[in-house]
Amino acid sequence: MADTFAFAESRGGELRKVALETVAAARQAADSTGGGQVTALLIGALGIAAKAPQLAKVGADVVVVVEHAGLARYSPEVFAATTAMQLKAGGHRAGFFSASAEGRDLAPRVAAILGVSLASDLTSFALDGDTLTGKHPTHTGKVITAISLSGTPAIATLRPGAIRVFDAPKTGTVQAAQPAIDPATAQVVVTAVGAKGDTKLDLGDAPVIVSGGRGLKEAANFKLVEDLAAAFGNAAVGATRAVTDDGWRDPSTQIGQTGRIVSPELYIAIGISGAIQHLAGMRTSKVIVAINRDKDAPIFKIADYGIVGDLFEIVPTLTEAVKKARQ
Amino acid sequence: MKIAVCIKRVPDMDGRFAIAADGKSLDASGLKYDISDFDGYAVEVALQLNEKQGPGETVVISLGPDGVAETLRKALGIGVDRAVHLQAAEVPFDGSAIATALAAELRDGGYDLILFGRMATDSGNQSVAPMTAQMLGLPCVTAVSKLEITGGRGKAERQLEGASETVEFPLPALVSIDEGVARPRLPSLKGIMAAKKKPLEVRPAQLEPPRLVVVKMELPADRPPGRIVGEGAAAVPELIRLLHEEAKVL
Repeated sequence: MADTFAFAESRGGELRKVALETVAAARQAADSTGGGQVTALLIGALGIAAKAPQLAKVGADVVVVVEHAGLARYSPEVFAATTAMQLKAGGHRAGFFSASAEGRDLAPRVAAILGVSLASDLTSFALDGDTLTGKHPTHTGKVITAISLSGTPAIATLRPGAIRVFDAPKTGTVQAAQPAIDPATAQVVVTAVGAKGDTKLDLGDAPVIVSGGRGLKEAANFKLVEDLAAAFGNAAVGATRAVTDDGWRDPSTQIGQTGRIVSPELYIAIGISGAIQHLAGMRTSKVIVAINRDKDAPIFKIADYGIVGDLFEIVPTLTEAVKKARQ
Repeated sequence: MKIAVCIKRVPDMDGRFAIAADGKSLDASGLKYDISDFDGYAVEVALQLNEKQGPGETVVISLGPDGVAETLRKALGIGVDRAVHLQAAEVPFDGSAIATALAAELRDGGYDLILFGRMATDSGNQSVAPMTAQMLGLPCVTAVSKLEITGGRGKAERQLEGASETVEFPLPALVSIDEGVARPRLPSLKGIMAAKKKPLEVRPAQLEPPRLVVVKMELPADRPPGRIVGEGAAAVPELIRLLHEEAKVL
């Protein structure tokens, strides 16, 4: 029986989807050892405790809530000290974080405070006696590296979208706690968070991603991509590095080796030739559709379904067909 | 400013990889090596900061086998002042072991700013920079896509999922660099000649036994070969049918 821990990420007072994934992973790890207790840690501004029931629903026995007026935004020093303190106090066998922008900043700090190492960006894992084993896509996704981590607690970050979330209702007893250090004394301060199109789905959360490349010829033609995404209703819009480098789209929407790595249910590549840099960011998508003028484009080698031809003719037709299918 | 940049020599990611006979490393034959992409951006950031802000020193530090010296020389060739090679038979996969060795080298270096790339493109752990900062007790900002340093303070921007974060911090500090801040410059012949006279110090890395180890490496299963549904807008109904009936995603 191993007790496990999950860091539940939130932003702007709302839980992120990856928060449920880390709790689900901690539940899975505890249950695999014969059923230990799962503790989720939720840090935020006053009122964040209201989110605890969502964590209980996916398997948290206890939700430790740290509410503080000075913690509306991420604070690396306060979050790291507080998380390390809670992880240690609970005597947990393992602690799970998301391999999100915040999780990848936080988890290594927590590991260093606790004097343990860290396994990163796992797509699967198992608690195996004294070790935590897992798989980690390395070398820009071209190699799958199986790792073994020794030490307690075993700290791991999990690739967003890799862990399935199931309903596993638990009591989710809320325990209020204080930050380990006064947020006012932090040296590193997040002074602003600028949301980009905050009403839209994030690339990491969207079941469908429609992406555009140079084949769109100019920035204004991304309207075609946006219309198709809107027709799905649950789609986010991505772009290639060529396009974000040219300033057609915001850099945060770049999918590829050096941008976001995504694995949606459906990925539609429009006017994208399929450079290695781009493929590294989307090759693990469940179903890939490509629309491109050049029948020899590398994207067609990995696309489950391809249509060769003029995207300016094909995409509007597809948008109408998707609208109809979605009615 | 006195700036240190910690860099890693990695295999070229554009090639095809094969797994070595031990089943847990890459077949080294035919691999070409160079500085990890993000570390290249970090070197450029350091050079530009010192060019803009007057007299300073830029030092590159790398841990690894003999080949690392070539990557360090290349950095000296584009304007870095001094290089330190922390010798090790191989680079451990364990970020904590690397961070401990780097922290030992950096601790009494008197650096105003320590830069890293956001992550190494080979191991992809993205753990060494924040771990090193924690060990040194330094303010730390990771994966920054914009960086300004003025009057002993830094202001950085980080990309989050669907948002960006502005972060302010005092120096000395440790910062890891994402793409978008700076494009690395190319070496000049003059620079390469000058590099030969610049100091490249070699000392053994102080490595602890690793706690994170590789047990196996595999190449990912190939996707089933692609299928062209048809040409032009006429192929759309068939695509919709396949997405609905076969792939079940619509």
